[in-house]
Amino acid sequence: MTKESLGISSYIQIKDHHIKLNGKPLFSHEGAFSEFIKMGYKQCGVAYPKFFKMDDLSKLALVAADILLKHEGVQPENEENIALIFSNKASSLNTDRSHQESIQNKDNYYPSPAVFVYTLPNICLGEISIKYKLYSENSFFIFDNFNAEHLYHYSQSLMQSKQAEKVLCGWVDVDNDTYEAFLYLVSKNGSYEHTINEINKLYKK
Amino acid sequence: MDALKQELKENIIEQLNLEDMSPADIADDDMLFGDGLGLDSIDALELIVMLDKNYGIKLTDPKEGRSIFESINTMATYISEHRTK
Repeated sequence: MTKESLGISSYIQIKDHHIKLNGKPLFSHEGAFSEFIKMGYKQCGVAYPKFFKMDDLSKLALVAADILLKHEGVQPENEENIALIFSNKASSLNTDRSHQESIQNKDNYYPSPAVFVYTLPNICLGEISIKYKLYSENSFFIFDNFNAEHLYHYSQSLMQSKQAEKVLCGWVDVDNDTYEAFLYLVSKNGSYEHTINEINKLYKK
Repeated sequence: MDALKQELKENIIEQLNLEDMSPADIADDDMLFGDGLGLDSIDALELIVMLDKNYGIKLTDPKEGRSIFESINTMATYISEHRTK
C-alpha cells in the first residue's frame, strides 16, 4: 500500500455557547443548550426537516457536520464517499435518562418511541448520512477522553485502503448541561497536517 | 367536539415537536401524514401512545391507525366513540 500524505481541510468546535469554524467565531449565544443549538441551527442556515424531533446529541452532531461540510462545498446531490468516525464519552446517556424516566413508574408506563429511537449514540451518524446522502463507512466509539490517536489511525486506514475519499471525524458529547463538538475533515488536500499532534493541537485550541 | 379537536392540535404540536406551528395552522380536515403535516412512522407510534395515555384507547392493530390518524376530524370522531378516560 502506498502511503500518501493526507491533511485536515477544516475543523469546527462547538462548546461553551460558541461555534467556531477553523478557529474563527461563527456564532455565539448565552443560554441553555436547547436554545443555543436552535438559534445556531437557524443562524447558520442548517435546514433539516427532522431537526426539532432529534435528541440533543444528534442536534449537536448535525449542526457541527453541516456547517463544516457546507464550508467545504460538499453537496448532498454529489453523494460523496465521506466516512464518518465519531466518538464521545457519554454515549447517548441524556436520552437514555429520558427514556428511563418514562418507564420508571409501572402505573404510568408510556415510553416515547420518538425518544427511544435516539437511545444509541450512532443514530446521529444516520441523521448526517440522510442529510448528505452518504452511503459510506461509519463508526461511533466510546472513550474516556478525546482519543486523537485512534481517530488518526482509523481515518488513515480508511483513506489509504481507498474505503473513503474523505473522513469526517471527531468528538460529539452531551451529558446533562455540558456539550462539546469537535469535528474535522480529513482529505487529500488539507490546510493542516494530519498528524496526532496536530489533531490534539486543534482540539485544544 | 370542538374542544377535543383543539386539545388534539395542541397535544400533537407539543408531543411531536412541530416547531413554529400553532393550532390555527392545522385545519380539521388537513391530512396528518403524506402531503399534509408530513408526519412520519415514528410520529404514528407517538400518536398511538398518546391515544393510550390521554384517552385510555389501546390500538391492538396498528393498521387501524391509517384511517384513525387521517385528520383531526377522524381522530376526534374515533376518540369520542372509544375513549375510556
